[in-house]
Amino acid sequence: MSINPQQLRYSKEHEWLSPAEDGVATVGITEFAANALGDVVYAQLPEVGQTVTAGETCGELESTKSVSDLYSPVSGEVTEINQDVVDDPALVNSAPFEGGWLFKVRVAEEPAELLSADEYTEFSGS
Amino acid sequence: MSSSPPRRTALDALHRSLGATMTDFAGWDMPLRYGSERDEHTAVRTRAGLFDLSHMGEITVTGPEAAALLDHALVGDMGSVKPGRARYTMICAADGGILDDLIVYRLHETEYMVVANASNARTVVDALTERAGGFDAVVRDDSDTVALLAVQGPAAPGILAQLTEADLDGLKYYAGLPGTVAGVAALIARTGYTGEDGFELFVAPADAEKLWQALTEAGAPAGLVPCGLSCRDTLRLEAGMPLYGHELSTSLTPFDAGLGRVVKFDKSGDFVGRAALSESASRAAENPPRVLVGLVAEGRRVPRAGYSVVADGKVIGEITSGAPSPTLGKPIAMAYVDAAHSAPGTAGVAVDIRGSHEPFEVVALPFYKRQK
Repeated sequence: MSINPQQLRYSKEHEWLSPAEDGVATVGITEFAANALGDVVYAQLPEVGQTVTAGETCGELESTKSVSDLYSPVSGEVTEINQDVVDDPALVNSAPFEGGWLFKVRVAEEPAELLSADEYTEFSGS
Repeated sequence: MSSSPPRRTALDALHRSLGATMTDFAGWDMPLRYGSERDEHTAVRTRAGLFDLSHMGEITVTGPEAAALLDHALVGDMGSVKPGRARYTMICAADGGILDDLIVYRLHETEYMVVANASNARTVVDALTERAGGFDAVVRDDSDTVALLAVQGPAAPGILAQLTEADLDGLKYYAGLPGTVAGVAALIARTGYTGEDGFELFVAPADAEKLWQALTEAGAPAGLVPCGLSCRDTLRLEAGMPLYGHELSTSLTPFDAGLGRVVKFDKSGDFVGRAALSESASRAAENPPRVLVGLVAEGRRVPRAGYSVVADGKVIGEITSGAPSPTLGKPIAMAYVDAAHSAPGTAGVAVDIRGSHEPFEVVALPFYKRQK
């Protein structure tokens, strides 16, 4: 049984992207990625108004053992960041697909390279 | 590095059944964490944690001249250790460089157990064997016939007392006595690497699982949890304890590392590294090289080993260990910095965190000291 929600799409850098609502989609990291990182202690997210580009770094996540770049799975303008995660980065571990979302993007261009839930499950072995 | 398959401890299957995230550590497949490493860290600080440390090297030295051999081979005065007691010491190369830091237990008048870091166990066995030439003593690598479990934290004495008749109240810090725990023959030592009270239990690998289960059951009401190497690292960092490969290396002498007190020049006989260490001691006293300090972040980004410490735009040192401190709630680090910038409270010190200079406070070590 897959832990990866069917309605999301996934990057090979282990980010997820929600379906856009009124042109705005939500980005987070997968449970597989959160487990691999360990306890996230600091999230440096892109700023509201910043333009992010699919496949490029837009922030970083610090865990006890390491720091990892955050890649945007989609191109567009950041409309909102999850202040709850900035204040309590452990949300990324406890609810990576829900309360631990990272930022929202006004989608400029539909990404082509993303995986379906089943494809990501096979890719990550999660 | 060698491409041989990782070594597994006697508790390997048990770790996997507990859902541990495993990691390669010095050629061993070891539990990194079972769940949240911060929860494991907090459990050890406030309750108790159970560790598998069977990757550590155990080397037995026996014979009429066991003490003389160790006095020659190590920098400490091992002949002065009373049976039943342990000593923190180091083994150095002839040039004074640290080959490993060790805990040495004197089990009997003519028998010692040397506990080495997993990454250096082979080096230590080889050096002791070579240095044993001419002494009436035998060096034996017992790493494969000894499993090591540690129960650490303020609840550790109460948990262990349920499982043994041994006199734990009489067992002092850095002492070890043979006994029986949960029906298993064990060397019970009051040592650890967490900054908390606790015990290390050396047992036969065949008994390790039985002992682990008994400690788990006895500790459950007190909140004992299994703990991995990730929290062991943050626990020792908060306690200001050095880790070989980070704060200690062959390119540093004990004096360079601020641990010159382990070198005993007044012991009888010559010892490997004496001349070089004597020079190093003078140098450290007159013209101190870099000094090991603590750094506490003002921000939230975490310094990592190898990052530069800077002041006035110049590199003045290097991070040796860094992590988010669960107890302080801030990133902390140990670093070697130029002596001029090493005093606690020195202003203007920053760490280059991937190109950005983040301000840090210089503090005295340790970051955390338990209330006794």
